[in-house]
Amino acid sequence: MRRRDFLKNTALATAGAWMIPAFVKPLEALALDELTRHKNLVIVQFSGGNDGLNTVVPFGSDIYYQKRKNIAIKPEEVIRLNDMQGLNPNLSALQEIYDNGWMTVINSVGYPNPDRSHFRSMDIWQSGSDASQFLSTGWIGRYLDSNCQTCKYPYTAIEVDDALSLALKGTSKKGIALKDPAALFRNTNEPFFKRMISHEQEHLDENNLGYLYKTMAETASSASYIQNTSKIYQTRATYPSNGFGNQLKTVSRFICSGLQTRVYYVSMSGFDTHVNQIGQQGNLLRQYAESMNVFLKDLQGKNKLADTLVLTFSEFGRRVEQNASNGTDHGTANNILVFGGSLNRKGIFNEAPDLADLEAGDLKYKIDFREVYATVLHKWLDTENSQVLDRSFRTLDFI
Amino acid sequence: MNRKERFARIKHLYSRAAFGISYLTADKLSRQNYRKVIDSLIKAPEIPDEIRLQSEQENLRLQQQQQELNAKKEQTEAEKEQKKEYLRLRNEKNQQLNLAWLDKLMHSGYPLHEKMTLFWHGHFACRHETTFFAQQLNNVQRRHALGNFKTLLTEVSKTPAMLLYLNNQQNRKGRPNENFARELMELFTLGRGKYSEQDIKESARAFTGWMFNKDWVFEFNPKVHDSGTKTFFGKTGNFGGEDIIDMILARREAADFIAGKVYLFFVNDVPNDAHIKELGGHFFDSGYDIAAMLQKLFTSDWFYEPANAGNKIKSPVELIVGLSRTFHTRYNDPKMLIRLQQNLGQYLFNPPNVAGWPGGRSWIDSSSLMLRMKIPSLVLNDGEIDFSGKADPEEEAAIAVNKAADPKKAKRKSFVNADPDWAAFSRDLPKNISPVELAGFLLQPRLNEKNTALLEDNKGLRSTAIEVVSMPEYQLC
Repeated sequence: MRRRDFLKNTALATAGAWMIPAFVKPLEALALDELTRHKNLVIVQFSGGNDGLNTVVPFGSDIYYQKRKNIAIKPEEVIRLNDMQGLNPNLSALQEIYDNGWMTVINSVGYPNPDRSHFRSMDIWQSGSDASQFLSTGWIGRYLDSNCQTCKYPYTAIEVDDALSLALKGTSKKGIALKDPAALFRNTNEPFFKRMISHEQEHLDENNLGYLYKTMAETASSASYIQNTSKIYQTRATYPSNGFGNQLKTVSRFICSGLQTRVYYVSMSGFDTHVNQIGQQGNLLRQYAESMNVFLKDLQGKNKLADTLVLTFSEFGRRVEQNASNGTDHGTANNILVFGGSLNRKGIFNEAPDLADLEAGDLKYKIDFREVYATVLHKWLDTENSQVLDRSFRTLDFI
Repeated sequence: MNRKERFARIKHLYSRAAFGISYLTADKLSRQNYRKVIDSLIKAPEIPDEIRLQSEQENLRLQQQQQELNAKKEQTEAEKEQKKEYLRLRNEKNQQLNLAWLDKLMHSGYPLHEKMTLFWHGHFACRHETTFFAQQLNNVQRRHALGNFKTLLTEVSKTPAMLLYLNNQQNRKGRPNENFARELMELFTLGRGKYSEQDIKESARAFTGWMFNKDWVFEFNPKVHDSGTKTFFGKTGNFGGEDIIDMILARREAADFIAGKVYLFFVNDVPNDAHIKELGGHFFDSGYDIAAMLQKLFTSDWFYEPANAGNKIKSPVELIVGLSRTFHTRYNDPKMLIRLQQNLGQYLFNPPNVAGWPGGRSWIDSSSLMLRMKIPSLVLNDGEIDFSGKADPEEEAAIAVNKAADPKKAKRKSFVNADPDWAAFSRDLPKNISPVELAGFLLQPRLNEKNTALLEDNKGLRSTAIEVVSMPEYQLC
C-alpha cells in the first residue's frame, strides 16, 4: 500500500486531521441510529466451564438424579420451564424475563472432537475454529475485518475489561477494551501522550512504527468519542454492586447514549467448580441473574431492548456425573442463553440434552456453536457469515 | 567500517539476539573482532543451567496423593479441603515457576541461550498444569536451545508434558491417536500441506508405545506398539518413531520451515524467501545444528540492513526483560510481573494454543499499547496501576476455590513496587551524555525531529530516560 492509500484507509483520513474527528457528532449519530435501527450484540462469557446441567436443570430425567447424588437440584426447588427443564433457583430473577418472552435456551451446543482444556476450548469458541485448526484472530475481529459500514473504528466492538480478548482481534482491525471510559480518556489526554500523537501524521507510514502511531491516534479519538457520547447519560436503574453488574451498567450506558458500537463483550469468572460446586456456582448464577434482570428492564425502559441481543456462553459444560468432591469435571456440550426483545423463538429452543445417549460420559452436541454465530452474523449484524467463519454454516431461527 | 558503525551493529545484534546491551559493553565489544563477539554470544553455559523449583520426588509424592484422593468414591470434608489446598498450592507453584524463568531471562549471563529457550517455548508450545512437567519441558528446551534440532525434537517429544498435551500417551496399537503425529509435522517440522493425511495415520502408528511409565519417566512400551509395516512418504517398512523423525528431517523443507520461524523471530515480521532459503540450506547442511544456523544469521550482511533494523515489535517478555536489564530493576512484589504478562498477552508457560504466540502486530491493540507505553512509568517512576486485569482460563479452578474475588480488593491502589538502580544505570553510560545521545542509545528506530526537539532542553538523566523509554519508538527493537 502506498502512503496515500494508507492515509485514506485510516480512521483519521475521513476526518482530514485527527484533531477534528468527523464522527464526534452525537446528534447526527442519533439521527442515523433511528434511521437504521442500530442493532447491538452483547456477548457474556462465563469463564471456567459453567455447569449447564445445574443452570438449566433437566429435572425430568432420572439419570440426572442418579449421576448427581449430592449436587442435583431438587425437583421442588427447580423453577420449571416445561416438563423436562427448569432454572436453578439462584436464577429466580430470570423468571420474569422468561415470562416476558425475552429469553431463549439453546440446548446442546458444542463442536466435533471437543477439547476439555479451558484455554484451548476457549480459544476455539473465541476464534470460531475447528478443534484441529489454530486461528490467531477472533470471530468478532474478522467481522470487523469484513468491511462493514461502521467497522472502521475500534469502538465498533467494545470489551468492558482491561485487556482485549482474542474474540475481538481481527487481522487488520481490532476492537477496544476499556473498563472505564473516563480513565481511558484521561490517559489519552496526559500531556506526554498528547505530545506524542500531536504530530503523528509524519509517522503514518506502513511500517510498524507507523502502525503504533496510528493505533495511538485511533485510541485517542475513540476514547474521546466514547467519553463525550456516553458521559451525558446516567441510568436511573440500580444495578447490583458487583463486578458483573458494573460491566452491564457500563454497557447499558453505552447503548442508551447512542454509541455507534455494534458488539459489547463482558465476562464473568470462577465457573471451574471441581470442589463443592453448589455454593460457588449458586453465587455466580445469582449475581448473573440479578444483573441481567436489571439490565434488560433498563434497556426496555429506554426502548432499546428490541435492538439488543445478548448471548451467554461458556467454553464447555461439565461431565454428567459428579466427582468425589461434590463438584464436576470438564465436559463438552453446553447450553447458550439468549436474551433480547426481538426473539423469534421464545422459551426453550430445542430438545433437552439426552442423558441416556452419552459419549464417554459426556453430552453429545446437537448444534454447532458456529451455527449460532452464523445466525447472529447473518440476521443481526447483516454480514455474510462465510466471510467470517471460513465456510458457510446453516442459520437457526431463534432470531 | 568505523567505530560508530560497529557500535550500531553491536547494538542491533544485542537488541535482537539478546535483550539489549549496556553502553559500556557495546563500546568495549565494538573494539573486538566481530566473529569473536558472535562466538561468545552463541556459547551456551558449560554447566547445564536449569530451573529447579520442584524436585522429582516431591512431584511423585503429590501425584500419588492426588491419584489416591481421586480414586475415592466419596471424599470426607478433610479430604475435600486437601484437594482445595492442592489446587491452591499448584497455582502458587506455577506462578513461582513463571517468575523463576523470568528471573533467569533478566539476569542470565547467557542471554541468547535464554532467548532461544523462549523461541523453542513458543515453537513447541505446550501448557501443563503440573508444575514439575512444565519445568522439565522448559529445562529440555533450554538444554538443547543451541544444540542439535533433532535431539531437541526427540527429547521434547518424550517429555510427559508433551506426551499428555498431544495425547501420545493414549496412542496405542489398534487405537491410534493422531494428535501428536499431526502437530509433529504441521507445527514442529514441516508446516501445513507438506504431507498427506495418510502420512499422519501411518506415522501415528509408528509412535505407538512412546509413553511414560508409572513413575512418570519416558519408557518405550513394546506391548502397545504397532509393529506392522507402515508406508510413510512413499517408503514402506516397520518404522518406529525415530525412523519417522529421521525421514521428516531428511527433507530440506523441514530446515526451511525452522529457518523461516527463526527469521520471523529475529529478523523481520515480513519473510524474505531468499534469506530464509539461505539460512535453511545452511541449517540442513550442518545436520540441524542450531548454533551454526544462528552463526550464519548473525554474520549475514542482510541481518544488519536498515530494512531489518528498529522495525520489530518487541514481545511483551522482550519489553519487560529489556527494560529491567537496562535499569537493573529489582521487583519487590514479583507477582506484579504475572499481572503484566497476562494483560500484555504473553504469559510464559501459558501460550494461547499449540501454535504458540502469533507475534508481530498481534501484540498491539488499543489497551495493550496504552499499557506498554505506561510500563516505564510504572516500573521506573512508581506509577499507580489503574487496571485489575483478567485471569488466565487455566486459573479458574484456583479462582473457584478461593471464592469470588473481593470486589473491594480490586479497587485498592496498586503499584508495581520496583526499584531501578539508577546509580548502576548511570555507571553504564559515558559521562555527560546528552539527552539526544541517550535517546539514540536507548531506542533502536531513529527518533524523528519533533521528538528530538522535545528532548533537547531536557535536564536530568532520569527524567530523560523515563521519557525516552515511554515513547512508541521504544516498543520496537
